[in-house]
Amino acid sequence: MKQVPQKDAPLKLNESGTWIREDVSYEVNEPDAYALEEALRQKEKHGGEVVVITSGPARASQVLREALAKGADRAIHLEDNAFVGLDALNTAKAFAAAIKDEKFDLIFTGLQSDDYGYAQTGVILAELLGWPHATIIMQIEKTDAGIKVKRELEAGFFQFVDMPLPAVLTIQSGINKLRYATLIGIKQAKNKPMRKVTMADVQSAVGTNLQKIERLYIPQKTKKTEHIEGPPAEIAKKLVDKLRNELRVL
Amino acid sequence: MSDTILVVVEQREGKLNRVSWETITAGQSLAVETGWPLEASVVGANAGPIAAEVASKKLAKVYAVESPKLEPYTPDAFAAALKQFIEAKQPKLVLMPHTYQVRDFIPKLATAMGRTAISDCIGYKKDGAKLLFTRQMFQGKLAADVSFTSDAPWFVTFQNGAFRGDKAEAGASAVPIETVNVEIADNVVRNKPQEVFKEAKQAVDLTQAEIIVSIGRGIKEQKNIELARQLAEALGGEIAASRPICDSGWLPMDRQIGSSGQTVAPKLYLALGISGAIQHIVGMKGSRTIIAVNKDSEAPIFEIADYAIVGNLFDIVPPLIEEVKKAKAAG
Repeated sequence: MKQVPQKDAPLKLNESGTWIREDVSYEVNEPDAYALEEALRQKEKHGGEVVVITSGPARASQVLREALAKGADRAIHLEDNAFVGLDALNTAKAFAAAIKDEKFDLIFTGLQSDDYGYAQTGVILAELLGWPHATIIMQIEKTDAGIKVKRELEAGFFQFVDMPLPAVLTIQSGINKLRYATLIGIKQAKNKPMRKVTMADVQSAVGTNLQKIERLYIPQKTKKTEHIEGPPAEIAKKLVDKLRNELRVL
Repeated sequence: MSDTILVVVEQREGKLNRVSWETITAGQSLAVETGWPLEASVVGANAGPIAAEVASKKLAKVYAVESPKLEPYTPDAFAAALKQFIEAKQPKLVLMPHTYQVRDFIPKLATAMGRTAISDCIGYKKDGAKLLFTRQMFQGKLAADVSFTSDAPWFVTFQNGAFRGDKAEAGASAVPIETVNVEIADNVVRNKPQEVFKEAKQAVDLTQAEIIVSIGRGIKEQKNIELARQLAEALGGEIAASRPICDSGWLPMDRQIGSSGQTVAPKLYLALGISGAIQHIVGMKGSRTIIAVNKDSEAPIFEIADYAIVGNLFDIVPPLIEEVKKAKAAG
């Protein structure tokens, strides 16, 4: 799971124009919330354990605490400011190193993050682990040989895929209905184990970034936008005038 | 070996995905910029017919990369085939469209080759000798110029609509096609895909609507949709939504606009409380006129809006419905 800036948080660039200033509010990356929910549902159906993992500075532990409150059993936090600057390949390498002694059957990730939007980390992790993967998943069923998943394709098409375990799945938003943490869940979360992994612990697995953000900036507008201002009644009048006389749709 | 640019066009079940023409346009533009020759490849069990279609464009060469194991599509087979082919050809730059299929295999392919992909780019820049690829970040609120710090091949995917497919230049005559047979061992492909299917017949064809009133998270509650519905009705348009609204079940999935829904280009697109995440924008940016109402003045939807109203939709929409009704009544 990943912690990302809140959807409507105003973002400011840092002085070197390479990243945002960190003093914004954060929340759980929405697709990851669906991935967690799906893991909890699979556990409720088939038993087992749900482990949540994130990388990022101390603030990112909030994502893990929320997940534990919703029902995850334990958490792993790769905690260091330096994890923020890793590219998708090195983030996946750090995760792979951190879980090398675990015996997971399934790894779920959100299909992409709301900050970078690379849509790569889950698939890269599968390749590093040598596991099969499937992306943009809308349904998961257990079968005798492994699992059957429903992939969302483009233009309203879908496809069922049979695959063996262990596997990595990237989960599409909307696959399920998200639950809220209960008060008792929040209380119980305090006593659930959270393993901290430092950069030093995984350093030997992490290499130099293969790509670099040279500049981050506010996109230039390509379209001329006319602002319509005033009290609501006036805006409504101005708009209808445009719809009628300029756009001719009324 | 000299530097080349390779475009991997997308085929699915023997048909060329039209978005591939956009990637060819991008490749042609980059070829002019860098002086590197442009080649294209089609990957599949029977790539020949599509290779012939692609060979009409201005390219140096087209490759049909074939193996019976490439049908049906699996990420294992596609990554294995392209790894063999690309390792042999050593192109400098490998371009693909940012489709669901490419998203499914390109991170695996790049990782298997010890390389990286800059995904979902909307353009490129040349900064001295350095190529920079521009991509949207933070749901389109910011943009980033990203460079490769690793050795080639460099993998890049371009967002749907980033280049004009109809601008792909035709060649003077058909270019040579070379068939490359790749070997994929029996144990490589682990997934067993079944037939592709469509869930239910799309009840509403929003592509035919001239006016669309579309709602996003800003609508807050399901019961508030009624307000948007009244506006759509007054305007004689259809109601639609961004993904989160349909995910919540507030409107059926067939009312969804965006990369996983319908792509529309109506005369008027009225976006109410839609922030304008990339996935939504790609489905409606072709609209003739876009009016956006959002209380966040920095919402990315305003980047592409013709008319911007920064304010609360619950203040704006009720008088707007009244004014539209009045205007209609006046004839």
